[in-house]
Amino acid sequence: MRHTISVLVENEFGVLSRVSGLFSGRGFNIESLCVAETMDPQVSRMTIVTSGNDQIIEQILKQLNKLIPVLKVIDLTGVDTVDREMVLVKVNADGDGKQEVLRLVDIFRARIVDVAPRCYTIEMTGGEGKVLAFLQMLRPLGIREIVRTGKIAISRGM
Amino acid sequence: MQMTGAEIFVKALADLGVDVVFGYPGGATIHIYDALFKNVKVRHMLCRHEQGAVHMADGYARASGRTGVCLVTSGPGATNTVTGLATAYMDSIPIVVFTGQVPTLLIGNDAFQEADIVGISRPCTKHNYLVKETKDLARIIKEAFYIASTGRPGPVLVDMPKDMLAASARYDLPKEVSLRGYRPTYEGHPRQVESAVRLLLSRERPVVYAGGGVILSNASGELAEFSRALSLPVTTTLMGMGAFPGSDPLSLGMLGMHGTYAANMAISNSDVILAAGARFDDRVTGKISEFAPHAKIIHVDIDPTSIQKNVRVDIPIVGDVKDVLRQMIKLVKGKKEATAYRGKTAAWRGQIASWVKTHPLTYKPSKGKIKPQYVVEQIHKLTKGKAIVTTEVGQNQMWAAQFYNYEQPRTFLSSGGLGTMGYGLPAAIGAQVAMPGRLVVDIAGDGSIQMNIQELATAVQYRVPVKVVILNNGTLGMVRQWQELFFDGNYSQTCLPRIPDFVKLAEAYGAKGFRATKPEEVPEVLRKGFAADGPVLIDVITDPGEMVYPMVPAGAGLTEMLLV
Repeated sequence: MRHTISVLVENEFGVLSRVSGLFSGRGFNIESLCVAETMDPQVSRMTIVTSGNDQIIEQILKQLNKLIPVLKVIDLTGVDTVDREMVLVKVNADGDGKQEVLRLVDIFRARIVDVAPRCYTIEMTGGEGKVLAFLQMLRPLGIREIVRTGKIAISRGM
Repeated sequence: MQMTGAEIFVKALADLGVDVVFGYPGGATIHIYDALFKNVKVRHMLCRHEQGAVHMADGYARASGRTGVCLVTSGPGATNTVTGLATAYMDSIPIVVFTGQVPTLLIGNDAFQEADIVGISRPCTKHNYLVKETKDLARIIKEAFYIASTGRPGPVLVDMPKDMLAASARYDLPKEVSLRGYRPTYEGHPRQVESAVRLLLSRERPVVYAGGGVILSNASGELAEFSRALSLPVTTTLMGMGAFPGSDPLSLGMLGMHGTYAANMAISNSDVILAAGARFDDRVTGKISEFAPHAKIIHVDIDPTSIQKNVRVDIPIVGDVKDVLRQMIKLVKGKKEATAYRGKTAAWRGQIASWVKTHPLTYKPSKGKIKPQYVVEQIHKLTKGKAIVTTEVGQNQMWAAQFYNYEQPRTFLSSGGLGTMGYGLPAAIGAQVAMPGRLVVDIAGDGSIQMNIQELATAVQYRVPVKVVILNNGTLGMVRQWQELFFDGNYSQTCLPRIPDFVKLAEAYGAKGFRATKPEEVPEVLRKGFAADGPVLIDVITDPGEMVYPMVPAGAGLTEMLLV
């Protein structure tokens, strides 16, 4: 099963390699990993999407906690969260396709951020399902390149 | 007071009570060696190879319980420590390894003798540091010792660029360490401890499975008190040898691949297991799906990652074994339930006693050839079981575990997790340095001893009187044993036809050499060798065909033992 894990770490050199090395060294998989500073500049947050059975997820959480620069590990699975991912996508935009691209951008509340003679670059944010649906709709028009950020998530309410 | 980084290093070690550093100098650490030259408090022992230096620090730590210290230079000096670090990491041994590094500005330039040792050592250290400012050095050293020796102990590496050692800063060694991401749990959760005791008392076929954690937390006294209060049979892992007195009637000896018949039968037929400071290693469990099929499992470990890793645990208790056993003792000591329980489990102990009786550890003696087990028995007899024994890895290690009765913790030092050949001699030197009054014996094989034989020079230089007994069968015996049993006797690359004359080799190094070639010579040669001054190497020519039994083949269940 897929899990989204939020990890607060000391914002210091080498932490990312400790975390990623832990995953590769123990054969855990990483589907995506986002990392950036938090409100406290001494602390960074990593949002990791991973998968595995209950025993593997338990090991991942414990092994992360065991790392000395790791301050807090939260498994957001089963928690009410808002999660978002951003995607930048270059798609063919000529002839009839142009109108279709514009329509999809409107429907998905995306934005065109760069325009070239036969190609648009679109920025879109959303939950995983929305991103997948958007990309699926664009695919027949000819996607040239996709860049995704990976998922970030925050718990709802307090 | 302003000091150079090198002076800060030496002063910090002295202030932390470090009495000896095992090391090897080089360009990147030359400032430290200059500072050491002027210092009298910290003694430096010059090894002959950095791997030897780390194993010495490790042996020092295992024998004494104090943190071992090692100092090496950058590049190859640093990479040579990796096997030693991995050895200490797998067995949770508190050591701190200091490596020199090229000057900060050259890092990443593929400079002369540069290696990214922080990157290389990350998966085989508990934690590591790169010093980025001289003013941080004292704090980092303090933290390194704290991390190495607390919680689940382990090796910590500190990488020190040369310019950091040359530059000056104020000496400021913090009194306390506060790391917000590192807070080990020592006390067991009271409710979990209560449930564990209740579960234990509700069952009829208990076994205590004790590991190296009991020794690391100095909990042997508590283990004995608790087990005796409830008459619980105790089996130990290889790392746990000595955690419970081998001569105690409740002792079943070692379990696992080369464990005793009684221990493996007891675990397999038990209905409750108290695992204390052990981690259900594959060499212990055998085929995991057939491991202790009827047992509920209570697992006490200071490291949460050890729990539920290999087997399903019914009652997990995160905490220090010593603290948790104390909590458990309080719940049963002098209680009626304890007496009733001892009565209820008497039949089970009777069953175990019959396993012990029908299948003791044994071997077939021979008139003409020296049996390695016999040699170990004779070492036990001669030292009255009071030596500190180190081992190499392979058959010698298993026979040393099986045929020497360990009564005290910190008397059996062996690379259990990593299985590092070449560990025994340097570890023996480290142990002897920590415990100058004790007899330290390395039970070695002719293959393993050649992996760090150069440390004989260290022993001779510092007059460290370790005794090395080589069980010389002319083969890489354990691999040969597997080839014999599972690969049609194709002894591929396991025969060592060009073994040096160990007696002459010892003499070449300035040590003393002895040899036994017939069984009847063994007691006398051992006696002479152990009585001789200084480092001694005793070459005992043993039966090359001898194998380690019992043996659970890899991947088989624990009850599928091959017996003598």
